[in-house]
Amino acid sequence: MKMERILFGDNQFFAVNHISDEKSMAQSIRFKEDAAIIKTLDHAMEAGIQTFMCTTHDRIANICDVIRQQPEKYKDFKIYPCMPYAHKYANAVTELGIMGTIKQYVPGNFFGSLFKGGVAFLSKDFLSIMELLIDAEMKMFKGINTPVIFLQNVVTDLLLGLGMKDILVAFHDYVKKKYNAEAGFITMNMPALLNMLEEGGVKNPIICASINKVGFRMSGGKELYEETLRTRQFRAIAMQVLAGGAVSPKEAIEYVCGLPNIESILFGASSRTNINDTVSLIHKYDQVYTTTP
Amino acid sequence: MVKVGLIGAGKMGISHLAILGAHPDAEVVGVCDTSKMVIEALEKYSPFPCFTDYKKMLQQSKPDAVVVAVPTKYHASMVKELLQMGIHVFVEKPFCLRPEEGVELIQLAKSRNLVNQVGYHNKFVGTFEEVKRLLKAGAIGDIYHFMGQAYGPVVIKPKQDTWRSNPEEGGGCLMDYASHVIDLINYLLSPVQSVQSSSLKSIFSKQVDDAVYAMMSLQNGVSGILSVNWSDETHRKMTTSVSINGTKGKIVSDANELKVYFKDAACPAGYSRGWNVKYVTDLTAPVDYYLRGEEYSAQMDHFIKAIQGKVPNEVNSFESAAKTDNAIALIRKAQQ
Repeated sequence: MKMERILFGDNQFFAVNHISDEKSMAQSIRFKEDAAIIKTLDHAMEAGIQTFMCTTHDRIANICDVIRQQPEKYKDFKIYPCMPYAHKYANAVTELGIMGTIKQYVPGNFFGSLFKGGVAFLSKDFLSIMELLIDAEMKMFKGINTPVIFLQNVVTDLLLGLGMKDILVAFHDYVKKKYNAEAGFITMNMPALLNMLEEGGVKNPIICASINKVGFRMSGGKELYEETLRTRQFRAIAMQVLAGGAVSPKEAIEYVCGLPNIESILFGASSRTNINDTVSLIHKYDQVYTTTP
Repeated sequence: MVKVGLIGAGKMGISHLAILGAHPDAEVVGVCDTSKMVIEALEKYSPFPCFTDYKKMLQQSKPDAVVVAVPTKYHASMVKELLQMGIHVFVEKPFCLRPEEGVELIQLAKSRNLVNQVGYHNKFVGTFEEVKRLLKAGAIGDIYHFMGQAYGPVVIKPKQDTWRSNPEEGGGCLMDYASHVIDLINYLLSPVQSVQSSSLKSIFSKQVDDAVYAMMSLQNGVSGILSVNWSDETHRKMTTSVSINGTKGKIVSDANELKVYFKDAACPAGYSRGWNVKYVTDLTAPVDYYLRGEEYSAQMDHFIKAIQGKVPNEVNSFESAAKTDNAIALIRKAQQ
């Protein structure tokens, strides 16, 4: 399954702005109602985008309801869920501790059986906890086409740093087995992650990484990223192509379209004009680079 | 290779561990936590040697340096023990529960010539570094007022307790959240000398403060306001900001965006009269491994480099963190 060239992101809906807290508050006000999100998704669909890549934020559940209610309108529409919604857990860990957080978010039955089996049982079953957490996050997407399921960068990169290769591989295997979906990995450390996934036997993985002209959040350096794209086998999605506004849209898109091996470009925008402008830029530079030998 | 051990694999500890695990000059020789579950998970899936007793870890792994990320009440005794063994120490913030505990540790680290660092990561944020540079150059004239703020959604409803909700263990918004802002003010402007008045409010917590408001004066004579609230869910995550007024201009900065206003055309290179906006994207040096923010990798890299003798042990020394502990005590005392 090939991913679409352009994927629509959700940061703007949830006040995620990497450069300005003020803009982030303005977005929070603008997208207070779910209808505002749906309307923006409509603009993206009108611009030809049929894939919405989104965090498993509580409010996405409402968006999923709308999608299920209108099967005709959304018949070609796909969601790429990105889990977990990390701030939910991070804030919970500060408040409840790691055990308290697991107690709160792992579905009840599991903990019942867990205490019966005691600690020894638990130690063998971290992967079951992970599977239950994935199922909990996936609940809201029931009946919706989710061909790729992503692990958010904070978790991917944490596991990478901790050397927990087996858990990354287990995520990959589980979403395939249970959801018949491809696993995707979001990361700020693309070259190192690709090495680890390959070591774990994951072939041609889907990796979504910050890729932009100024080298923003490209750990290991822009040159290494470019070389990795040139010489290695994986399916790259470029995100943060605007580097939080540090590059002009034209320059940013021209750079990314000129790179080899980028299957998809992920971007988010609030207004119809910005959506249309970005889509046209991508089409324009795709044409330039496919026709240039 | 610097051999590093970690004590306390909670939220910050795990993050430090991942950063150390990815660091080319660090070798993680031991991880210790009292939670069996955390240790068993690390034992099973990570390459690090794991322990539930830190003394055993020190004996067996013989680390050159240790990262301490346990509840604040254990900092003083644990850090002392490490220093006495000749081990370099990185300890999470806040430094000590009581300012007097810090004095001995500063002396001990100095006399043994050991690298000492505390986890106030804002000093490694590009925007705040630029604020420091501007202030050092006197770019906005004489400073007469500051406002330091932090808001976030940590405790947003009445909930069960952890060590962070126990004042005896170093819990509460003042220790956990406000300490970052106080430390930033200490660093950017001058250490807090006195606190005219303060108010510590419990909003949802039973035993600790969820918000801190204070009027303070600094050693350099500048006065200002502290406003911190960890029960503010209008912020998606912790946002820390400073606003500084001077006779020639004004600086408003958070971790993402720096805004500087200059009254006239005589301003530093790269700036002009009126408002100037710079983003962290332009001010941040890239890191080799990224997790949650460049500053976390940068501070750990600084610690490793200081041990290797590649950089001076200046940023976030015990001495500077002790000044923050002192300010925390003053704020408590000044409560109305």
